[in-house]
Amino acid sequence: MINWLANPARFVRLSAKAVPWCGWTAAVVLAIGLFWSLFVAPPDYQQGDTVRIMYVHVPAAWMALSVYLFVAVASAVGLVWRHPLAEVAARAAAPIGAAFTFICLATGSLWGRPMWGAWWVWDARLTSVLILFFLYLGYIALVNAFDDHSRGGRAGAVLALVGVVNLPIIKFSVDWWNTLHQPASVMRVGGPRIDISMLAPLLIMALGFTLLFVVLLMLRMRTALNERRAMALRLNAGAAPAPRPGRERAVSAHTAVP
Amino acid sequence: MAAFLGLFRRDLSLALRQGGDTGLVLGFFVLAVVLFPFGVGPEPEMLQRIGAGVIWVAALLAALLSLDRLFEADYQDGELDLLALSSLPLELVVLAKCAAHWVATGLPLTLISPFLALLVDLDAGSIATLFTSLLVGTPALSLIGSVGAALSLGARRQGIVLSLLVLPLYIPPLIFGAGAVEASAAGSGARAYLLILCAVNLAALALCPWASAAALRQALE
Repeated sequence: MINWLANPARFVRLSAKAVPWCGWTAAVVLAIGLFWSLFVAPPDYQQGDTVRIMYVHVPAAWMALSVYLFVAVASAVGLVWRHPLAEVAARAAAPIGAAFTFICLATGSLWGRPMWGAWWVWDARLTSVLILFFLYLGYIALVNAFDDHSRGGRAGAVLALVGVVNLPIIKFSVDWWNTLHQPASVMRVGGPRIDISMLAPLLIMALGFTLLFVVLLMLRMRTALNERRAMALRLNAGAAPAPRPGRERAVSAHTAVP
Repeated sequence: MAAFLGLFRRDLSLALRQGGDTGLVLGFFVLAVVLFPFGVGPEPEMLQRIGAGVIWVAALLAALLSLDRLFEADYQDGELDLLALSSLPLELVVLAKCAAHWVATGLPLTLISPFLALLVDLDAGSIATLFTSLLVGTPALSLIGSVGAALSLGARRQGIVLSLLVLPLYIPPLIFGAGAVEASAAGSGARAYLLILCAVNLAALALCPWASAAALRQALE
């Protein structure tokens, strides 16, 4: 299927149909998830209602890590197999991942103030997620730093693969170091330790965030592909032969490259 | 082997003859460390507590400044294309250049650090640990920096992009290097930190030449 979607025009056609479906599904799932998390799920026995920040913070964190993995895998596919859409996908996904990381850090900070008494602590989990945020920003800066579009994509691909080493560090930071951040409660050997009444809305929010990511990714990829087509059309028009006299003024307005 | 040593000697003599590079890096290092007492006040106890971290951060920034010279000159005049075509694998080319870069910048930084440690009033044991941690840590800085330098070859605003790429990757050596000095000052012994710093060094030695060579190949395409 990946090869079947490799034709950019086919991807644009199919994603045009998929975006509304995914978009409405994402909206519905997020609405259900938010209502469930904020009003139906029980308060924590220790934290009270403040625990409801978890229903945004944890899915955002999961997305931050998964999207980076997506960027790294897409970069590897682009480097090794030269898949035409792999680079486009990686460049499109990176700002979304950076936004999720920022949401994770911000909501975590808002949660930390009432719980730990501090807006920020320099423990292993927070520091490594901050480094992940800087890796995202560095990737975005690098791919946009070159006049040659494809050189930027290839350089960014190498950077994304170099930064993958940070992902296991983030995941296992709460095990390897003495941290203030809570250790793993869901994805651990021995199964989730969290009660089902809280796990269910958490997973629904995670699903909603994933669908949101897919919709945003498709929109960004379509925009990038359309930009490329527009640029190619402009270059072709600029290279057109000189028009007959009398039509010059109308044509030159169209062929002016900004 | 002869090619590796030849390239190492060439880069080293270029760096030393052009002179400015080592001197500038050392000058920046000294100035950056000297700025801190002006900023935070000259009380000896406080300077002692933050001194090791200040020296490490300043060493890091000084190493960062010299990185864009690593591949840029050779990239501009076509030498890098010749090196890529030569019989020496591109990974070993990177390694030779990093070694020359370390001898020209990292090693002088390490050698001058005891004098700067006196400026921030560190005691003798901490100075020894600082020296050792810098000696072990600066090769990792050159290696990790080479990845950033290779990635940002030919970029607009190369210096800024290089800093954005390299500084997050510099954080692990910084944590363990400064942590080593703090641990030795607290009396708990710096051995664990220094061993992890060696591990970071070895990991960088194993992984960074491959990443840099891949990035150089992208740049030369």
